[in-house]
Amino acid sequence: MKRSRVGFLFILPWLIGLILFTTFPLIAALFIGFTDWNIAGNANWVGFDNYIELFGEDAFWNAMWVTFRYAIVAIPMTTITALVVAIVLAKDMRGAGIFRVIFYMPAVVSGAAVAIIFKWILDANFGLLNGFLELFGINGPDWLGDPSWVFPSYLILALWGAGSGLFIFLAAIKDIPRSLYESAIIDGASVFQQATRITMPLVTPIIFYSLVMGIIGAFRKFTDAFILGGAGDQGEFVMVYLYDLAFADYQMGKATALAWILFMIILTLTVILNVSKKYWVHTE
Amino acid sequence: MTTIDTVNSKHPILKKRVQQTINYTVIIMGAIVMIMPFVWMILSAFKSADEILKMPIQWLPEVWNFINFKRAMEVQPILRQLFNTSLLAVIKIFGEVFVSAAVAFGFARFKFKGKDFLFMLLLATLMLPYEVTMIPTFILWSFLGLTDSYVPLTLPAYFGAPAFIFFLRMYFETFSKDLEESAMIDGASWFAIFWRIFIPIGKPALITIGLWAFMGTWNDLLGQLIYIQSPSKYTVQLGLESFSSLSGETLWGPLMAASTMALLPIIFLLIMAQKYFMEGIKTSGIKG
Repeated sequence: MKRSRVGFLFILPWLIGLILFTTFPLIAALFIGFTDWNIAGNANWVGFDNYIELFGEDAFWNAMWVTFRYAIVAIPMTTITALVVAIVLAKDMRGAGIFRVIFYMPAVVSGAAVAIIFKWILDANFGLLNGFLELFGINGPDWLGDPSWVFPSYLILALWGAGSGLFIFLAAIKDIPRSLYESAIIDGASVFQQATRITMPLVTPIIFYSLVMGIIGAFRKFTDAFILGGAGDQGEFVMVYLYDLAFADYQMGKATALAWILFMIILTLTVILNVSKKYWVHTE
Repeated sequence: MTTIDTVNSKHPILKKRVQQTINYTVIIMGAIVMIMPFVWMILSAFKSADEILKMPIQWLPEVWNFINFKRAMEVQPILRQLFNTSLLAVIKIFGEVFVSAAVAFGFARFKFKGKDFLFMLLLATLMLPYEVTMIPTFILWSFLGLTDSYVPLTLPAYFGAPAFIFFLRMYFETFSKDLEESAMIDGASWFAIFWRIFIPIGKPALITIGLWAFMGTWNDLLGQLIYIQSPSKYTVQLGLESFSSLSGETLWGPLMAASTMALLPIIFLLIMAQKYFMEGIKTSGIKG
C-alpha cells in the first residue's frame, strides 16, 4: 500500500468520529434550535420563537447575570492569585515539590466530592468557615442559604481552585532566562520591580490563555453549581439552566437555542480578547 | 531609587532573609488553605454525630470510629459505584490512549493530501462548543436506544480525543525519521512500527494522557448524569450527587465518609504519579 494511504488509514478513526460525533450533531443542533421539540412529540418549526422566549424569561437573565458576575470577578481574581503564587514558587525553595503537589490538587481532585466538602464547610451553623470566624467573634452568614452570600461562596470556591492555573505560569516563569534578572539586580531593581518589569510582561501570553480558559470555564461551570445550588437562584449558572431545560423539562429546542447563545457569547468574548491581544500581550 | 531599596542593597543577606520569610509565609498559608478541606473531610468522617454538630469546633474525634462509613454504604453502595467508575474509566482510557496515539502517529509520521487541512479541522474541534453538540448527541444515543448504558460515555473514546491527538502528535514529531526507515528496511509493517516502536517510546506521554483521561472520567458529573439513570449503574459521582440531595444535618458524617472514599483513589494517584502530571503541563499547557 502507498505510504500516504497508510497515513490516512491511521487518522481514519478520528475522521469517522468527527462526522458521527461532531459534524452530525452540529448540523442537527442548527435545526433543533428552531423547533419546539420535546423528544416525545413531533418537532415543529418555530423560527426564532425559542430565542424570543428565552430573552423574555427572568430565569435566562438571572443565569446570565450569575455567570457574568462570576466571570468578571472570579477570573481576574484567580489569575492574579495563580500568578503571585507561581512567582513565589518559582524561587528555589526547600520543599517546593510538596507545595507543588498541594497546589495542583484542585486540578486533579474535583467533581461532586469537592462540592460536597464545600457545602459542609459553608454550612451556616456547624461549618468550618463559620466556626473559624467565630474565633474572632464574627457571626458568619448563612453562606448558601442567604441570596446575598451565594456569590461570595462561589468566589471562595474559585479562589481555592486557583492553584490549577498556576502551573502554566510556573512553567513560563521558569523559562525566563536568569540573565535578565541578574542584570536587573546589578542595575538595582527591587524584587517588586523585577516582578512587574520582567516577569509580568513575559507571562502575558499565559495571562491571555488563562483569561480565555476562564471564560469558557465560567460558561461551562456545572458540577459545583449543580451540587451547591444557592438561595434565590443565585447559584443558577447558565450551564445548570441549560441542563434543567434539556434534561429536566425536555425542552430540547429551547435548550439548543440557549446553547447557541452561549456559543456566540464565548466566541465574541474570545474574539474581543484576541483583538485586544496586540495592545498588551508580549510577543517574542 | 527609593530609600528602602538603597538600605536593602546595603544589607543583601538581611534582604534575602526577609524575602525568604515572606515567601515561605505566603506559600505555607496557601498550602494550609489548600489541604484544609481534605483534612476537615477526613476528620469529619470519623466523628460521631454529636461531635460533628459541636460549636465551637472540635477538631479531633474522641474515638475514631467507622460508623459513618458503614452508614454511608447503607445509603449508597459506594464500593459498587467505585467499581462502576473504575470500569468506565478503564474502558474509556484504553480507547482514548491507543486510538489517539494511532491518529497522532498518522499525523506525525506521514504525508498525504489534505493532511494540513484535516489537522486544522482537528484544532477547530478543540474550540468547539461542547454544550452545542451535547443535546443532539444525547438525542442520537436515545434514538439508538443506548442511553442508560456506558456506551455513550465510552464508545466515542474509540475515535480518539482531539486534545490528546494534538499533544501526542507534537510528541511523536520529535523523534528521528531513522526510527521507521530502519524498521522498514527490516520489512516491518506500518502497524508493527506503530505498535512495537512508537507505543513503547511514547510511554511517558501515553501515561500522562491516561492519567488525564482517568481524571476526566472520575470527576465528570454532567456526562454521567445525562446518560445514566439506573441506580445499579451509578458511578461515584452520581452516588455522591444523589446522596448530597438528601439533606439533613445528621448526614454530614456519612457524606464526608462517602467523599473520603471517592477522593482517596484519585489523591493517591496524584501522589504516586505526580511526575507524569507535572511533565504533561510543562510540555503542553493543556488541562492546566
